[in-house]
Amino acid sequence: MSTTRISGDTKYLFKRDKTWWVKLAVPRPLRGALGYDLRRSLHTDDVETAREARWEAIEEFRSRFDEIRATQANGTAAAVIHPVDESDEPLELQRGVRQVDQHIVEIVSDSGEGAQKCGQILGLVSGKMGNGVWTVEIIPAEIQPPARERQGASGIRVRMGSNYMTNMGDEADVVVAFNEQVLYSRISNRAYRKGTVVLLENMWAEDPDERIRNQYKEALADFEAQGLNVIELPIQQECLKLVPDPRKGKNMFVLGMICSIYHRDTDIAKAEIAKIFKKKSEKVININHDLFDAGYAFAREHIGFSFEIPASEEDRLESAVVMNGNTAAGLGVMAAGIEMVAMYPITPATSASHYLAEDFHLTGGFVHQAEDEIAAIGFAIGASYAGKTACTITSGPGMALKTEMIGLAVMAEVPLVIIDVQRGGPSTGLPTKVEQGDLLSTLYGAPGDSPKIVMAAATISECFHFVVMARRLAESFRTPVIMLTDANLGTGVQPIERPEVTEEWFAPPLDQSDWDEDVAPFDWDEKTGLSERPIPGMRGGEYILTGLAHNRNSKIAYDTASNQEGMDMRSRKLAAMFATMKPPEVHGDPEGDLLIVGWGSTLGAIEEAVDRARAQGLKVSSVHLRFLSPMEPGLKEIFSRFKKVMTIEINYSDEPGSPLVTEENRRYSQLALVLRAHTLMDIDCWSKVPGHPLQPGTIHNVIESRLEEIEGAEACSA
Amino acid sequence: MFGLKGDWSLEVKDRYFTLEDYTGAVPRWCTGCGDHGILAAVHRVCRDSQIKPEKTVAVSGIGCSSRLPHYMSTYGFHGLHGRALPVACGIKSRRPDLDVWVATGDGDCFSIGAAHWIHAMRYNMDITLLVFDNGIYGLTKKQTSPTTPLDVPTNTHPSGALLPPLNPLSVTLGITNISFVAQIVDWNAPLRHEVIKKAHEHKGTSFVRIIQRCPVYVESIGKALQDEPARMRLLTHEKGVQVDDMVKRLFPNNAEHDPSDLAAARALAEDDSVLPLGILYHNPDAPQYDKMTATGLDMTIEDRLAGMNEALDHFAL
Ligand SMILES: Cc1ncc(C[n+]2csc(CCOP(=O)(O)OP(=O)(O)O)c2C)c(N)n1
Ligand code: SF4
Ligand SMILES: [Mg+2]
Repeated sequence: MSTTRISGDTKYLFKRDKTWWVKLAVPRPLRGALGYDLRRSLHTDDVETAREARWEAIEEFRSRFDEIRATQANGTAAAVIHPVDESDEPLELQRGVRQVDQHIVEIVSDSGEGAQKCGQILGLVSGKMGNGVWTVEIIPAEIQPPARERQGASGIRVRMGSNYMTNMGDEADVVVAFNEQVLYSRISNRAYRKGTVVLLENMWAEDPDERIRNQYKEALADFEAQGLNVIELPIQQECLKLVPDPRKGKNMFVLGMICSIYHRDTDIAKAEIAKIFKKKSEKVININHDLFDAGYAFAREHIGFSFEIPASEEDRLESAVVMNGNTAAGLGVMAAGIEMVAMYPITPATSASHYLAEDFHLTGGFVHQAEDEIAAIGFAIGASYAGKTACTITSGPGMALKTEMIGLAVMAEVPLVIIDVQRGGPSTGLPTKVEQGDLLSTLYGAPGDSPKIVMAAATISECFHFVVMARRLAESFRTPVIMLTDANLGTGVQPIERPEVTEEWFAPPLDQSDWDEDVAPFDWDEKTGLSERPIPGMRGGEYILTGLAHNRNSKIAYDTASNQEGMDMRSRKLAAMFATMKPPEVHGDPEGDLLIVGWGSTLGAIEEAVDRARAQGLKVSSVHLRFLSPMEPGLKEIFSRFKKVMTIEINYSDEPGSPLVTEENRRYSQLALVLRAHTLMDIDCWSKVPGHPLQPGTIHNVIESRLEEIEGAEACSA
Repeated sequence: MFGLKGDWSLEVKDRYFTLEDYTGAVPRWCTGCGDHGILAAVHRVCRDSQIKPEKTVAVSGIGCSSRLPHYMSTYGFHGLHGRALPVACGIKSRRPDLDVWVATGDGDCFSIGAAHWIHAMRYNMDITLLVFDNGIYGLTKKQTSPTTPLDVPTNTHPSGALLPPLNPLSVTLGITNISFVAQIVDWNAPLRHEVIKKAHEHKGTSFVRIIQRCPVYVESIGKALQDEPARMRLLTHEKGVQVDDMVKRLFPNNAEHDPSDLAAARALAEDDSVLPLGILYHNPDAPQYDKMTATGLDMTIEDRLAGMNEALDHFAL
């Protein structure tokens, strides 16, 4: 690769793949609305032309700053809704029934008002009606934030669709808010768009506290200025007709409203309500049913619009189970026949162990809460060494502590399943938020060569099935297997096909037959690096496992030949596994202008974005990797069929054009770096660390703008 | 092969184990190192109790002392510095049928592995825990350990250890749910054997701190005690250690101590002027975590499959 030196004036300009771009930093107060900078391709490789052309763009960027400043001066909060096409009549509010293929509903409140329960039931009802569903909870940063705090939003997002849902989607269509303040944090998270319908509790308008009345008034003006369709509703007042304290029960009224707006089956909804309160008295169930009915009738009478989301027959699940990815992983542990999970609490992984603590006994298992992460993996390695392949579940900081033990398991060839539910790093980072930041440390973060199997679940269903596969791989290849998931999969809830577990899935009973004394404990097959493992209790198999360099007899051996052989054999196992693997499937056409490569939880959002772009006629496809070590075969061949290959990831990379960042020193995102080394191809990346899942709309924009840069590619405007 | 029972009838066992059946590679410890004697005691206790070599696992960390598993011909796990106990507990958690021993050093157990020491004692799983306390880091060549006596020079503190040493006995005796705490010196074979045997018989975690000579780096520590036996106090009791008079004569300072008396044990441990030897504390009834972790072991695969389906039912739409 050659870089041309550019001398002279390149103010506002930067070059990417032979094309000049213009970029202007956004002033700090406007960043909430516009991001860090505004940029645009100048569609030229000539610096002189670019110098000329930049001024028009800069002017336009500046006028956008002014616009935003003007709205902010009008009392609008920093957040601004993405502009959409203006039309006189807000589509969302048009009277009558409209058919849609998917909709996103959010219910937000102060914590403790039952918004999550309301959304969960909505999700269950929709799942039962055959809709695809993705539910994700909105969790405030504090355990019990004060009431009516902007950052205290607690609630839930429910995405319902005709087809199977694979991600949380873009901006919400309909929001129910128990107070106006909690909407602010959602707005600054860009959860809403212009036109989003907000059904807002209006009791605050009449609050005895003047400050609250003013807040409410100001907020209404803010929301209107931002293009939200706010409909004020006397929810509290209506509930008071039925219950003396609607703080408990308002959520069921709201559920009734939403079920009316979305034509949900009321019998199913009421059955679910009864299920939730089954431990309470008949009276409690009746009150909640009454609230539900009241909400339903209220919406019928007072809300003119409604939506139908017909369930597609082809995506209907045969027999569904509803769960989040952490529960799925916990169930996967059980179905894999693993009997021991040793863990130390860490967000966002812990809920997997919470679930296991409840049900693990059903398959004869036990959760050990260790004194720290090192002890947890040590405990698991002990059980595994003794013939009961165990599992440890953690997140980034815990992985860091386990590193030395993972090296021991590699060195001494102890099968082990490690589940890493990734969160934002480094250090304590973003404990509750998603990131795909542990790939490199998982692959390489150990002293010496530490080859191991690393796989990444891309769906909630895979969170289940991959554990079963991991246990088998760990035992077949006598190695630790790391399964990466993340906070997005861990906390996203959806109906998935119920796995049909069979007896073969479980670990076979402990083998305690005699060991052939002539077979060494590391009787490596030169071709595959594989060997059978003596289990304590097997007569004749006695050996001393050691983390020191050792020979086939597991005797400490510092000589060159033994050390080299051990290293070779442990690495050979990955080559042996690679030989059994198939190339990944390409989503979309097998060749084209742009190929997106992803891994982990971004699958749904990437494929949805690719499908949207393809519907516009863009020649973009995607590939999603499940195995990162060994890497899946055939990548170079697949990549060479596209003009440009780019990873999309939720981890850090330098953005081209940032201060001091050059082609030479640019730091790539993690998978991109690995793939560049693996294929020797010029693989680009787009990555961000937003602390929330990537949304299809964002990825779609990235696809459009990258296609503009590719010479000869069909861009969207062309 | 044969053993005569008390009633003179002949008991034919299918296997009878000799010392050789437990003996592994030739130890590489220095001449005069206390580790040799401890290893011999372990071999003898294994032989005397006729535990099957294939059912025995010796677990260790890293250090001179942690080489012990290599000198056994049982199963062994020579793992990471400081981390023997979590591994040993993990082994025991799902394999209560295995006889688990742990060999660890003062650095291994009381420094880098200190968290595991405290928690393993509380878990009280059925493990025989031998701490080879030579008051120094041996393998890495003479650095200060948590138990290096004040003023003893080391390579990290050439003008002598700066702080008074940690008292492992009083720390251990302060942990909840302990069940067996003992102390011995490596050079008295009868006492060594007697205590390690009792430790092994005990169901629960038996903590044995062994004052171990490292003549290469800190000869003075062992010598001071050997030269002045009055600095040690032998504790005997019908519920504790019983030794014959010959042994008692070697420890002129001896006393009766009831090992069920925790307060008395703590007082003995606190007294810096004399080193208590024997069994300080024994409670055969403390809850054992391995009894809790090993639940469900007898479930058949059909049982597990039924349980699995029940679990999935909880999530059925
Ligand atoms: C993580 C780690 N840190 C440091 C070491 C180096 N190291 C090996 S053994 C040891 C100390 C051994 O002292 P002790 O436990 O008292 O055993 P001894 O050799 O005295 O029997 C140290 C510091 C290591 N192996 N691993
Ligand atoms: S250095 Fe000390 S502890 Fe280590 S083997 Fe030699 S004498 Fe024993
Ligand atoms: Mg030592």
